[in-house]
Amino acid sequence: MKPFLAQLRAELQLMLRNGEQLLLTLGIPTMLLVFFSLVDVLPKGSAEDPVDFLAPGILALAVMSTAMVSLGIGTGFERSYKVLKRLGATPLGRGRLLAAKIASVVAVEILQFAVLIPVAYALGWRPSGPNWAVAVGAIVVGTVAFGGLGLLIAGVLRAEINLGAQNGLYLVLLLLGGMVIPFSNLPLGLRAVARVLPSGALADVLRQALTGAADRPGLAWIVLAAWAVLTPLAASRLFRWE
Amino acid sequence: MPDPAVVVEDLRVRYGDLVAVDGVSFTAEAGSITAVLGPNGAGKTSTIEVCEGFRTASSGRVRVLGFDPASNQRRLSERMGVMLQDGGVYPSARVADVARLFCDLYGKGEQPSALLDRVGLAARSGSTWRRLSGGERQRLSLAMALAARPDVAFLDEPTSGVDVNGRAEIRAILRDLADRGCCVVLATHELDEAERVADRAVVFDHGRILAAGSLDELRAGQRQIRFRLPTDVVIPDFSPLGFPVLRDGDHFVIESSSAATVAALTSLLAERGLEPVDLRAGQSSLEDVFRRLTAEEQS
Repeated sequence: MKPFLAQLRAELQLMLRNGEQLLLTLGIPTMLLVFFSLVDVLPKGSAEDPVDFLAPGILALAVMSTAMVSLGIGTGFERSYKVLKRLGATPLGRGRLLAAKIASVVAVEILQFAVLIPVAYALGWRPSGPNWAVAVGAIVVGTVAFGGLGLLIAGVLRAEINLGAQNGLYLVLLLLGGMVIPFSNLPLGLRAVARVLPSGALADVLRQALTGAADRPGLAWIVLAAWAVLTPLAASRLFRWE
Repeated sequence: MPDPAVVVEDLRVRYGDLVAVDGVSFTAEAGSITAVLGPNGAGKTSTIEVCEGFRTASSGRVRVLGFDPASNQRRLSERMGVMLQDGGVYPSARVADVARLFCDLYGKGEQPSALLDRVGLAARSGSTWRRLSGGERQRLSLAMALAARPDVAFLDEPTSGVDVNGRAEIRAILRDLADRGCCVVLATHELDEAERVADRAVVFDHGRILAAGSLDELRAGQRQIRFRLPTDVVIPDFSPLGFPVLRDGDHFVIESSSAATVAALTSLLAERGLEPVDLRAGQSSLEDVFRRLTAEEQS
């Protein structure tokens, strides 16, 4: 247990002391939520108040920021700086290293929700008949899907390319629908693509759980679950430790 | 007698068509410092990495503290100190946090502050790795190895980038480790550094071992006189001496160091009114041994 806790502490120290990481995991989601809730310029689907559409999407974005981008970029650099190699020669072992990374992601997500949910409420969000248990389930499955994707990219690409790829993918997934832009506002071809992406799927299942106003929650659950199975599987097969 | 701490038998490591290590065998004992020597690309790091469990052997047998590192790295890691050639630390990690992490990972009761004091980094404990000099990074990497209170330590180029005082401190730490019974194996291309610290040496070149043994064994029978003359003098005719005087760069070398040879040389120089610069008589340096071995291999 001690090596696990020691590694968890080290993971959290690095995440929380790193300005870029905090901007990505807390700054950008909070800014997007506040700005587009107050400045009503984005399409908002069937919602009356922009925050009602935005809040679930921003929670999904928070999961993607931490589980994919933050974990992926950090791990990619750890690979290139031979941190993973050095840790591999300690009693920690890969299992506990991975467990510590997952625990640190969960801890940061809890911090994100502790900030974002009150901010959304302050902006007037009133979820109608929210099912928080389903929402937590969606967040767990989404974390697995995005974590797998982040580690897959980090474990295959060189660190600098990984950095660009993770940030680029973040932007594409953010814009491609579901999170801050409703599927219905995308052209038909793009809409089909957006529906099979993990970002839109997580936002849609969260929206269903929290406001009951999802686009196609059944399909979204299937898509999200598929990503949650495939990306960790691919990461475990293809991840190169050096 | 107990088995040697490190046993390498007929080890081969291939990367595709490239044979990096080609049938290497040697042992390293507890309580001594063994230097794995050779130029860059000689196969030192590949060999060490197989011993550490990072790399799989193409063939051959390796045992470290009785464990097969390939299948038992986890058990081995509890008793093994490792110093990578470079890196190993996240650049934004602080020195004190890294020391604390490794003390906790090994759980051997080492105190982070005492450990940093031991490697001379106490004053830098608040710095991030990024801000450390090359020598300070090596000291931190050494501290990470010491946190294991190791029974076997593999150190890859431990003094590279370290200044003169730092080297002496690192040598003292390695000697102390060996005196506590640890089997210290260090890979280096710095022959003079190895000469100062090691008890035994294994000399690599092109993936093979050219020679192995105690430093005295390696240098045995290889006594010589080396000297230089001022650059502005006419080089005298040495033929009256009756033994060959060879050129090695700006040095002259005589393959003997007997008192009679020294006397003959110095009286000839005195007759000609020449003052030798840097006259040394005695055992050859490891560098001489290495040059002779590689020359023999090529011929």
